[in-house]
Amino acid sequence: MKHISMTVNGDQHELLVDTSWTLLETLRDHLRLTGTKEGCSNGNCGACTVMINGRTANSCLVLAAEMDGNEITTIEGIATQGKLNAVQEAFIKDGALQCGFCTPGFIISTTALLQRDPNPSEVEIRTRLAGNLCRCTGYDKIVMAVEDAAAMLRG
Amino acid sequence: MPDFDFAQPTSLDEALALFAAEGEVRALVGGTDIVDQLKTGRRNADMVVDVKRIPELQRLEMADDGLHIGAARALTDIGECPAVRSDYRGLADSSVLVGSWQIQNRAGLGGNVCNAAPSGDTIPSLLTHDASAIVASTSGRREIALSDFFAGPGQTVLQKGEILVEVVLPPIPDNSASAYLRFIPRNEMDIAVAGVGSFLQLNPSDNTVQKARIALASVAPTPVRARAAEEALEGNVLSDELIETAAVAAVGSATPISDVRGSAEYRRELVKVLTRRTLGICRDRISG
Repeated sequence: MKHISMTVNGDQHELLVDTSWTLLETLRDHLRLTGTKEGCSNGNCGACTVMINGRTANSCLVLAAEMDGNEITTIEGIATQGKLNAVQEAFIKDGALQCGFCTPGFIISTTALLQRDPNPSEVEIRTRLAGNLCRCTGYDKIVMAVEDAAAMLRG
Repeated sequence: MPDFDFAQPTSLDEALALFAAEGEVRALVGGTDIVDQLKTGRRNADMVVDVKRIPELQRLEMADDGLHIGAARALTDIGECPAVRSDYRGLADSSVLVGSWQIQNRAGLGGNVCNAAPSGDTIPSLLTHDASAIVASTSGRREIALSDFFAGPGQTVLQKGEILVEVVLPPIPDNSASAYLRFIPRNEMDIAVAGVGSFLQLNPSDNTVQKARIALASVAPTPVRARAAEEALEGNVLSDELIETAAVAAVGSATPISDVRGSAEYRRELVKVLTRRTLGICRDRISG
């Protein structure tokens, strides 16, 4: 077991973690933040995407033991004071989801993308979101929602 | 995942003492290979050592003897590094091809190298830049030409207790450029069916090739240099015909297998095509 202190969505957590726990398991099973999903569990599907110190990562491939001193943002930390962010609004408006399982990962990746580039091209959107798979295959609406969110954020 | 001990050293000496211990001690950078391997039992560990907090392994800077890239430095940082984008463009090409953005944010260059996959996308670019590996253990440091670093699929020449500290790429000469391309059947997120890195240095007065480096991925048990193709280029005036000759010669350095990603014959054809294309990109980058 290892003691870690990590910040999740602004809240600091002191945890005793088993060295073999992934960040994903720790978030879902121990902190009860079940918005982050487990898909493939090997870094291909992106359903488990979170931000670590502002950068996206597959939480299924991160050990909780690594996270001492780090800041994590999950889908639960994207809306502020009950208000959805522009990416969430755009995904709803454009119907950029079918079953919704991949959506938390897409919202995190899109939020990170728009923080980096407020006006990404379609190619850049598709490249940056290549690590998030939607098996309902609704990519066109997702790309549309990213473009709409970018436009909303640019004002 | 099976249990293991975990350590997070903040100095190289502290880390080397851990790697000297009995049993299977594994380095962890991004975890994008090793965590999956531990989950599925393809590799095992008595201890996992997170090496990301060792300052020397996070180094990314241009020095008199070239570009130093610490083994734990994330691929995203390498791809965005101005020196890489100007002087080592093949490596910039490679850095954005490894997995997804999420993977590139976590995965370290040293992990891609030490995982020693025949398909490792950064490796041909490092080979074309004559990179060397600085490795260390409690008994000292040594420098290994990266072309001598790989021993087989997933195997390196690192001895028990030794870790990769950094990779050093010598300064580039004037009138030179590098490029890397791989072929996959989709646009992103796949393992190279074949990959080719090229480096060219031209004499500006007569357009002869002063130095050529070509390295291949996914077509041999390890990433390999295509030395016959390099020799075909060096000393001759660069032309489309010479590029074609080199592309054909590169195929002779490939010893591919047939598997689910492609037949050996298909891979040989890809080596020719990708060699031709990467040499063309090098030529454009030098003139452009």
